[in-house]
Amino acid sequence: MEPQLSWYLALSAVLFTIGVTGVIIKRNIIAMFMCIELMLNAVNLTFVAFSSFFQDVTGQLFVFIVMTVAAAEAAVGLGIIIAIFRNRETLDVDEASILKL
Amino acid sequence: METNLLSVIIFAPLAGAAINWFVGRRVRDERFIGLVACGSIAISTVVAFYLAFNSHGALRGEEPLLDHIWTWLDVGTLRADFALAMDRLSGTYALFVTFVGLLIHIFAIGYMHGEAGFYRFFSYLNLFMFAMLTLVLANNFVLMFVGWEGVGLCSYLLIGYYFDRKEAGDAAKKAFITNRIGDWGFILGVMLTFFITGSVSFFANPAAGEAATTALSFFQSRPVEPFTFGAIFAGGATTVAMLLFIGAAGKSAQIPLYVWLPDAMAGPTPVSALIHAATMVTAGVYMIVRCSEIFVHAPTAMFVVAIIGAATALFAATIGLAQNDIKKVLAYSTVSQLGYMFLACGVGAFVAAIFHVITHAFFKALLFLGSGSVIHGMHHEQDMRRMGNLRKYMPVTFVTMFIGWLAISGIPIFAGFFSKDEILWKAWSAAGIGSASKILWIVGAITALLTAIYMTRMMVMTFWGSERFDKAHHHPHESPKLMTVPLIVLAILSTIGGFIGVPYAMSSLVTEKNINVIEHTLEPVIAHTDHTDLHSHDEIVAERLLAGGSIAIAVIGIGIGWTVFKKRPTLAMPRILENKYYVDEIYDATLIRPILVGSREGLWKIFDIGVIDGLLHGIGQSVTELGRLGRYLQAGFVRAYAAIILIGALILIGLFAFLGFPRG
Repeated sequence: MEPQLSWYLALSAVLFTIGVTGVIIKRNIIAMFMCIELMLNAVNLTFVAFSSFFQDVTGQLFVFIVMTVAAAEAAVGLGIIIAIFRNRETLDVDEASILKL
Repeated sequence: METNLLSVIIFAPLAGAAINWFVGRRVRDERFIGLVACGSIAISTVVAFYLAFNSHGALRGEEPLLDHIWTWLDVGTLRADFALAMDRLSGTYALFVTFVGLLIHIFAIGYMHGEAGFYRFFSYLNLFMFAMLTLVLANNFVLMFVGWEGVGLCSYLLIGYYFDRKEAGDAAKKAFITNRIGDWGFILGVMLTFFITGSVSFFANPAAGEAATTALSFFQSRPVEPFTFGAIFAGGATTVAMLLFIGAAGKSAQIPLYVWLPDAMAGPTPVSALIHAATMVTAGVYMIVRCSEIFVHAPTAMFVVAIIGAATALFAATIGLAQNDIKKVLAYSTVSQLGYMFLACGVGAFVAAIFHVITHAFFKALLFLGSGSVIHGMHHEQDMRRMGNLRKYMPVTFVTMFIGWLAISGIPIFAGFFSKDEILWKAWSAAGIGSASKILWIVGAITALLTAIYMTRMMVMTFWGSERFDKAHHHPHESPKLMTVPLIVLAILSTIGGFIGVPYAMSSLVTEKNINVIEHTLEPVIAHTDHTDLHSHDEIVAERLLAGGSIAIAVIGIGIGWTVFKKRPTLAMPRILENKYYVDEIYDATLIRPILVGSREGLWKIFDIGVIDGLLHGIGQSVTELGRLGRYLQAGFVRAYAAIILIGALILIGLFAFLGFPRG
C-alpha cells in the first residue's frame, strides 16, 4: 500500500500537537525548547509532503529556510537559557515570572 | 514729506529706557541714570521742535511729515505700517509732551533722590514717553493702539511703583482693568472703521504703497448722520464714534470709567504730574480730535460726548471740594478739567479742547509738581489737615503754585482763563443742539465756580493759616534747585501760555490783527461742524460779556473759598462728597462683588473644579482602571502566554473552518 498524503499530514498533526502540549505543560525550559523544535519539524514535514504531492520544489526550499532559522533560534535560545540558569540556578519557567533578570 | 528724523523722537526715549534698565541697574549712580533719562527726552524735544518749526516744518506747512519705518501688517486688504506722521495736530501734541515731559523728568531726579528703585523709575518713565509719543505720532489706528496700550502698561507699572504697599498695587490693577473696558471699545471702533472704510490709516502715504483713501478721508464725502438715538446702533459713523469714545472715556477718566484716576495717585508725584495730569489722560482728547472727521458726521455721538464731559466736570469738581489729600484734590480737579475738554469736543470746539489740553498740561503739571515739592518738604505728608502756613518755609513752591492756582481758577492773563473761557463760549454758542447748549454752559460755569473754590481751599489749607503739623518732628524745607527750576519754568508757561489762543473778541480790543495762533495752526487739520464762526458784531459782544462773566465767576469763587476756609481751614465737608458719592462702594457692590462671587463660586468651584478638573481626573482614572485589568494578562508566566497564543490560534482556525477563507 502506497503511503498517502494524509498519512504524512496526520503524523505532522500528531507531532505538532505533542509539541504544543509540551510547551504548555512542561516547566523545564529545555523541555519546552525541545517541544518548540518538534513543532517546527512537524511543519517541515508538512512542507515536504506537499512538495512531493504537488511536485513543486518550493516547499523543500521553505524547509531549508526554517531549518536555518531554527538553528539560529537554538543558538539564541540556549544562550538565554544559560543566562537564566546562571542567575537563578533553576530551569523552572514559573520561577522566571518577574519579567526581568 | 518723508523724513526719518521723526523716528528719533520716539526711539530716543526707548533707548534711554533700555540703557537705564540694563546699565543703570548695575551702575546705580543717580547722576548717570538721571542724565540718560533726561538726555534722551531732551533729544526728543529738540528734534520735535526742529521738525515742527524748521522752514518746511509740520506746524508751518500744510502737508504732514511722514516716516514709514517698516511695513508691519499687510494681510489681505488690511495695511497697517509702523509709520509715523507729524501734522499740525500731532506736532502740537509732540511739542508739549516732550517739553513738559522733560521738565517733569528733571523734577523727578530731585524728587526720587535716594530711592532704591531709582533706575527702575526712570526706565519706566522713559518707556512711557516712548509709548506716549508713539500714540501721538502713529499714522494709523493700529500703531496708535500700540502706543495706547503702552502708556496703559507704563501707567500700571508706575502707579504700582511702590509695589510693597498694597494700595499701590490695588490702584495699579484698578487702573489697568478699568482701562481694559475702554480699550475694548477702542478696538471695536477700529475694527468697525476698517470694516466701513477698508483702511486704518490717518494719512495716505502712496510712496509706501498705501491706498489713497484713508480711514478719515473716507468719511469726508459721507453725509452727516441723523441726530437720533437709533444712529448709535446703526453701524455707521455714529457707532464708530461711540465706540471710540468709550476708549477715550477709559483713558481720559470720564464717567463712568473715571474711578481709576484718583486711586492712581498712589504712584510717585512726578508720575501723577506726567501721566495722570499732563499727557496720558489727554490721549482720549487727542484721539477724538484726530478722528474729528468721524465725529462731525455723528451728531448723536458728539452730543453724548458733550453731556458726559459736562457731567464729569461738575461731578468731579464737587468731589474735589471735600478731599483732604492734596493729591486727591488735584486728581479730581484733573478729572473735572478733562470733562471740560470733552465738553469742548462734544460741541465741536476741537481747537478749544486742544488749547485747554495744552494750558492744562502747564498748570496742572505745575500744581502736581508743586504738591510733590510740598510732600517732599513735609517728608511724605499728604494730608492737608496736617499742613498750613507753608509759605513761610517754601517760598518758591508757594509762588509757583500761587500762579498755578490763578491759572486754573481762570483769572485773566493766566493760561487757564483763555482756554476755559473759550470752551464756555463755544458751549454757549454751539449750534444744532437747541437750548441744551445753554445748559451745558451753565454746568460749565458752575464747575468753574467750584474749581475756583476747591483750589482756594487747597491753597489756604496748605500755605496759609496755623501750622498744624508736629513741629518737633517736621521741619518743612524748600526743595532743591532740580525741583524748583522746573516749577519756575512751568509757572512762566502757565502765566503766558494762554496767549497762544487769545480769541478775536478780546484781541480786537487792542489790535485789529487776529493773534489766535493755536486756532490759526490747527484749523486746517480739524474737521468742522456747520457751526458758523463769523466774527459778527453781536457775537463779539456776547463773547466779551461771557468772558466778563467768567472773570466774575473766578473772582467770586476765590472770594468764597477765601472767606470760608481762611478762618476754618479744616472745616468738615459734607460726608457724601468726602466719600466721593460712594461710587467706589456702589461699583464694589454691583460689579466687583458679583464678579468675584460668581468667579469663586461658579467659575472656580463648579466649572473649574467640577467640569475641567473632573474631566481630567476622569480620564486619568479610567486609564488607571483599564491598566489594572490589563495587568492580569501580563503575569510573566511563559506557559500562560503560550496557552493564550494557542487559544488565539484555535479561535482563528475555528473561524476559518466555520466561515471559510475570506476571498478577495
